[in-house]
Amino acid sequence: MSKVLLSFEKIAFAYDINGRTVLNELSLEVEENTVTAILGPNGVGKTTLLHLALGWRLPQRGQVLLDERPLDSYSRRELGQWIGLVPQHEHVSFDYSLLEYVLMGRAPYLKPLAMPSRKDKELAAEALRAVGMGDMMHRRVTALSGGERQLVLMARALAQQPRLLLMDEATSHLDLGNKLRLMEVVQNLTREGITVVLTTHEPEVAASIASHLVLMRAGKVEHAGPIEEEFTGERLTVTYGVPVEVSEVSGRLIALWGHENQHRKRDRNAE
Amino acid sequence: MSQSIASETELKHPGLRSSPERLLFVLLVLMVGVFVFSLFLGRYPKLGFMPLKTLRDDQLAQRLLFNLRFPRLITALLLGISLSAAGNVFQMIFSNPLVEPGFLGVSQGAAFGAALSIILLGSSAVTTQTMALVFAFVGLGSSYLLARRIRFGGWVLRLVLAGIVISALFSSGLGVLKYVADPLSELPEITFWLLGGVSHVTWPDVRSILLPLLLGLFVIYRMRWRLNLLALDDTISFSLGLAPGRERSLLLVAAVVVTAAVVSVAGMVGWVGLMVPHLARRMFGANTRYSTTGSMLIGGIFAMLSDTIARSLLTGEIPLGILTSLIGALMFILLMISQKVRVIE
Repeated sequence: MSKVLLSFEKIAFAYDINGRTVLNELSLEVEENTVTAILGPNGVGKTTLLHLALGWRLPQRGQVLLDERPLDSYSRRELGQWIGLVPQHEHVSFDYSLLEYVLMGRAPYLKPLAMPSRKDKELAAEALRAVGMGDMMHRRVTALSGGERQLVLMARALAQQPRLLLMDEATSHLDLGNKLRLMEVVQNLTREGITVVLTTHEPEVAASIASHLVLMRAGKVEHAGPIEEEFTGERLTVTYGVPVEVSEVSGRLIALWGHENQHRKRDRNAE
Repeated sequence: MSQSIASETELKHPGLRSSPERLLFVLLVLMVGVFVFSLFLGRYPKLGFMPLKTLRDDQLAQRLLFNLRFPRLITALLLGISLSAAGNVFQMIFSNPLVEPGFLGVSQGAAFGAALSIILLGSSAVTTQTMALVFAFVGLGSSYLLARRIRFGGWVLRLVLAGIVISALFSSGLGVLKYVADPLSELPEITFWLLGGVSHVTWPDVRSILLPLLLGLFVIYRMRWRLNLLALDDTISFSLGLAPGRERSLLLVAAVVVTAAVVSVAGMVGWVGLMVPHLARRMFGANTRYSTTGSMLIGGIFAMLSDTIARSLLTGEIPLGILTSLIGALMFILLMISQKVRVIE
């Protein structure tokens, strides 16, 4: 068993003191150099969990350890160099070029009064090339589609050179080609010693890139472990509350859920 | 290796014909040029440029140039630089291209303070300025405290709402003061102050605001790249290693300090802080590394030119605030209807 990089110890969290408890007695360990996918229904607290790992939200009880140190023992800059975040969505109010936008990922390495150097610019350009946008560096962020923006957000996180990368629904707006490209980028990250924790609503994405799976239900971690042990029809059925079957097609795990297409069913019955 | 050579050319801005640095340099030269031009242009001895011979021989001309035009021009320059820099900070931090530096109760607070001083304490320039400054911060402070007590919306929305309400309160208070003011002596003075201008500015006025202005401008200028990051969502700027609350407050205070200092001597000079940052973003793009410096230079040029027109166009003085609002609003219309400018996304 390899070293534990990130661990949640009996976390309790609510957004409002009198409000609904989002996370309750949640414990979880993430090993170094793994890709951990978090699956769970809407509103179960997946994003909240990422925000707790980031240190942006503070738990009411329990603590989060990064590399065996409590999160609050890190300085802001230090944490910025440690952890990167690819958000689900980001509102851009102003007309930045892609290069300028991705360059912001270098902030944790720059003192408050400093300007990014040529080296920083080159790292930003490299990050854009890694997500396949090397030839559109001077396009405007505001002119991009939702999927292209997700790639830019990924590039910014790459330019940040974090040791732990948190991705919140980072593939949700991508077409098939870009989804595949992003998944390849993520898998390459582990080769560079970067640990990835991602949330997703697409079981297939989890099945194809994750080494570990976390299933959440009702503010708790229901199951956590290696993907081949956790990615079963039985587990997913309990997690989502709808019937899910898992099959293996061409060596890959596929989750089948819901009903058969009604129109096809009718056609077949007519025959 | 070949990849890094390729990136050499890629990293340059193809959209601009010249690099942003070169464009900034041109603006700087232009600003110095406008300064010298404005210093010598006027209505003494007759409309036009003052000949160097007159300056050498005529004592009145020397006094006019060094004791009247010079401090006035310096103030116009600082006013343009400060309001534009502050405007850019506000628009970025609030992710809203339609805010201007006075909107958190600062401008209306200062106006109320100045009017109160004119009515209660007489028309001494020093007390009017001090009261304007004090109430600028009262306006800001009340907006901040109210924003903290609003129970819905994000922090930015709450600040904007609080700023609107506090401004409205001070502006109705100002209405009351104008109503009770002596229509022959006090009211014209209030009106003159509200219209804004630098015609009465003397060297001591410049000295009194110089320190806070330079300090605030230093902070804004040096943190200009960082400002980009504060325009992002809090979660994001936090994840990039910033302390968004603290750094945003520092920049906001710097912006409010320079605005309040300028408003305290020059009154309400509108539209500079709203329009100039738009123009700068149009020229330099959103990146605050260049748009902040660009705003400062364009603002300085714009304010000096406006003031020169204000004192030269007619034999009497046109209040500066009227001119900047007129020119500013017209330019804003042009910016809005011309292509490639997105005022609101």
